[in-house]
Amino acid sequence: MLRTVFSRALPGLSRLSVCHYSAAAIPAPNIQPEVHYNKLFINNQWQDAVSGKTFPTINPATGEVICQVAEADEADVDKAVKAAHNAFRLGSPWRRMDASHRGLLLNRLADAIERDSTYLAELETLDNGKPYAVAYTVDLPNVVKCLRYYAGWADKWEGKTIPIDGDYFCYTRHEPIGVCGQIIPWNFPLLMQAWKLGPALATGNTVVMKVAEQTPLTALYVASLIKEVGFPEGVVNILPGMGPSAGAAIAKHMDVDKVAFTGSTEVGHLIQQASGSSNLKKVTLELGGKSPNIILSDANMEDAVEQSHFALFFNQGQCCCAGSRTYVQADIYDEFVERSVERAKRRVVGNPFDLKTEQGPQVDQEQFNKILGYISSGKREGAKLMCGGGVAADRGYFIQPTVFGDVQDNMTIAREEIFGPVMQILKFKSLEEVVTRANDTKYGLAAAVFTKDIDKANYVSNGLRAGTVWINCYDVFGAQAPFGGYKASGNGRELGEYGLDNYTEVKTVTIKVPQKNS
Amino acid sequence: MNSQPDNDHQQQSDNGCNHQIPNQNHKSEHGDRPGMQALPMPVPDPPIQYTKLFISNEWHESCSGRKIPVYNPATGELLCEVEEADAEDVEKAVRSARAAFQMGSPWRSMDASDRGHLLNRLADLVERDRLLLATLEALDSGKVFLMAYFVDLMATIKTLRYYGGWADKIHGKTIPVGDGQRYCHYFTYTRHEPIGVCGQIIPWNFPLMMFAWKIAPALCCGNTVVIKPAEQTPLSALHMAALIKEAGFPPGVVNVVPGYGQTAGCAISHHMDIDKVAFTGSTAVGKLIQKAAGDSNLKRVTLELGGKNPNIVFADCDLEYAVEQAHSGLFFNQGQCCLAGSRVFVEEPIYEEFVRRSVERARSKVLGNPLLPGVDQGPQIDQKQFNKIMELIESGKREGATLECGGSPWGQQGLFIQPTVFSNVTDDMRIAKEEIFGPVQQIMCFRSVHEVIQRANATHYGLAAGVFTNDIDKALTVSSALQAGMVWVNCYNAMSAQCPFGGFKMSGNGRELGEYALQEYTEVKAVTIKISQKNS
Repeated sequence: MLRTVFSRALPGLSRLSVCHYSAAAIPAPNIQPEVHYNKLFINNQWQDAVSGKTFPTINPATGEVICQVAEADEADVDKAVKAAHNAFRLGSPWRRMDASHRGLLLNRLADAIERDSTYLAELETLDNGKPYAVAYTVDLPNVVKCLRYYAGWADKWEGKTIPIDGDYFCYTRHEPIGVCGQIIPWNFPLLMQAWKLGPALATGNTVVMKVAEQTPLTALYVASLIKEVGFPEGVVNILPGMGPSAGAAIAKHMDVDKVAFTGSTEVGHLIQQASGSSNLKKVTLELGGKSPNIILSDANMEDAVEQSHFALFFNQGQCCCAGSRTYVQADIYDEFVERSVERAKRRVVGNPFDLKTEQGPQVDQEQFNKILGYISSGKREGAKLMCGGGVAADRGYFIQPTVFGDVQDNMTIAREEIFGPVMQILKFKSLEEVVTRANDTKYGLAAAVFTKDIDKANYVSNGLRAGTVWINCYDVFGAQAPFGGYKASGNGRELGEYGLDNYTEVKTVTIKVPQKNS
Repeated sequence: MNSQPDNDHQQQSDNGCNHQIPNQNHKSEHGDRPGMQALPMPVPDPPIQYTKLFISNEWHESCSGRKIPVYNPATGELLCEVEEADAEDVEKAVRSARAAFQMGSPWRSMDASDRGHLLNRLADLVERDRLLLATLEALDSGKVFLMAYFVDLMATIKTLRYYGGWADKIHGKTIPVGDGQRYCHYFTYTRHEPIGVCGQIIPWNFPLMMFAWKIAPALCCGNTVVIKPAEQTPLSALHMAALIKEAGFPPGVVNVVPGYGQTAGCAISHHMDIDKVAFTGSTAVGKLIQKAAGDSNLKRVTLELGGKNPNIVFADCDLEYAVEQAHSGLFFNQGQCCLAGSRVFVEEPIYEEFVRRSVERARSKVLGNPLLPGVDQGPQIDQKQFNKIMELIESGKREGATLECGGSPWGQQGLFIQPTVFSNVTDDMRIAKEEIFGPVQQIMCFRSVHEVIQRANATHYGLAAGVFTNDIDKALTVSSALQAGMVWVNCYNAMSAQCPFGGFKMSGNGRELGEYALQEYTEVKAVTIKISQKNS
């Protein structure tokens, strides 16, 4: 993900060695970062759960418990919503604040995160298992950039004056929606937090955020920074908790005006239903994908192999936009598979704190088991296992980089989201065929095409049913560019100016005037 | 500019207006602690570190060896001498700006978000040096130190931050083109590209703020800049140059060349390799700039010029408040504002009372050394302006206006003029038609809405206007009828970085600030690509 950052953070590295980090550019990590915050953050205060319950958060590289964390459920969600609601009342400090000052607070938050980047990257690695070098050079800089980007929007989200018919003066105000519930996943804990907070706060909403039970630690540290930089009480409330209890309470809460969810399509359905059966809260969803990555025979082979490898294996394969259906044109198919296998075999799997490591553990036992199950199904259904396919260490949730050749569209591994280091390579002959096959999925998150031919690039990129299409690149993200899914991959867009729409109510004000003039 | 004090989170400033700085709460840029803060104090004997031309991130002596003497208008004392740029130095600066704009240069290949980050960093540095800059500004221009600190510096910081945020949000579009022919399919998109080398010529009344208004949108769009500060007030601009270098802008992106209009300014506006010129100053010089662009390379021109701004006060308004707003609307910055509300039209039933209170308010003004606390009016900028204002005051008396107070120089030294109020002013008097740019208030009487709209618009200017009324119909009728780039309703001088600023008619061309200003610093390129088959 976020390829641009690699090249910026590590100038001078060739595109083919993006995953080999220069130790000089990255501060040596403390492999046992101290955990400072493990409670619920409500009204700028640290609170125990009403129930008194806690849950353990696990280091996926070892399977050991890092610490206990307060576990929010419905009663805590209620408290947090009250705090957020109070912070949103007319005349509150947050509502009366200059838009530019909201922006300034977001910039200060970005500055504080930048200051504490090393620590946050360590904590992210400890809790999530992603390589520290990636956390430091990809996740953290993009968190900072996202917050700075939305800081800039705060005083630029303009309504309009509108020349309506009749003797009227008409204008729109872009008002915040109100209390926003935000439920974020474990694959990019800090980055997803920034993607959610940036637009919600820039537009003046208040937030009740539930962070994933697998990865609550960095979000809680960021909560402390939110307080430090001066956000008023109740503007941001952060609750670690489980989906079926805390998440469900947010989704069905009658006083939550909007819910934004990033996670599985399965849970996305539940969120939408909960909105329908409660108060019709606005819903935005960023869900799963089975994203096609299409390699035409005129593409630069070496580059396409490396990009496709990265597209799938980045972040242990735990990306909603992972390029998990690699379609390769028939005349280069064999060579592409051979080179991809070679590349996967070279992938360095191990201790995520080691700067040479490209791949850490999967996030937890459940995901680990699920991925191994998909690998078995691939073998059973007749795909050709070219490498990997097994467990990669005797403790922790490590899985070998796995490549399947001769994959058919009807196989489970070609239809379902695996969310692990398992690459499927499929063969195609014509452009029309590949566009049809690429679109034959309930998902529509991302897609890519590799070709030097401008007509083919335009044809395929126009024909794909996906929210993001990359041409001769993959996982290029910028805070400026919208991201979201067609079909069952989601609803709405995050990032960019488009991301602001999802956090805004438009109010049309019409005033009678004695006489209109142009 | 945002002369509106920030509304502190707890305590609302209920007058919603401007310039009454010391008795308002000012939240610090860093936090939002309500309550009183100690008032800032000027830096005693501030060091004047920068007196040379700033070209390619280096300090240069002028080619001619000539220098400009810089005076403190409150005392007439020489502050320092600054290198004087003329055509030859402008040439060097343009070459430097052109080199910085080459394809593939660090500046052209920089991420837009990094341009924004540099502007934010510059804002942080201005904030760090805020006391020093406010002191230099007060010394050099004669403006009241606390105003410089709270209004000019705050506006400068906010403008830089505002445009810092725009840098990566200047969107082109993709456009569904089609020529109706069956076999021609196209994909079209626009790129918003920087114009190139921008010449910017700024005035002496808000030296630092005008500097920020000019460079911030130019840089956020990716242009390079050759900026000429006014010869009267070069010091804060040169300090800014040092901060620009410190913030990390590449060499040549901003070049600062203090000099005179007839030489350096003229060289900029005639230059064949300057792609755009932006000028703030008098309407007379604005015409010269436009002509120079026509005579040379048809460079793009934006102009922010003079005004003779009507401020219309209806009988149903809050009188006390309107008197105060009209007072500060004229007397702010020693009357040296293009926005000054210099034609106060007051409805007949309240005319006499309004005049009486305005005179009382003008008499309460404290003149003196602008660095001292309690002083709320400093000197005029220079002898030439002083003479011009005194001459217009004489014309007012001669043409039959009633001099209610003031009308004479003040004090033993420096260029001070007494706060002056004229009543019974008629529309044909010179003081009702010409821009005075000094502490001289004209109060006229009107009877009907229709009449006052006609009279307010009967000028070749069209910069700003105010209207005071509690009647929503009057407010909307008058505000839509006035020919002015800004109309304030129940407020005056309420400006902010987000809100566009510029003039109708001979008050200018184009808009500064807000999103609108971005148009003045971008060229739109439409790229059309033939494709094999179009689909929606």
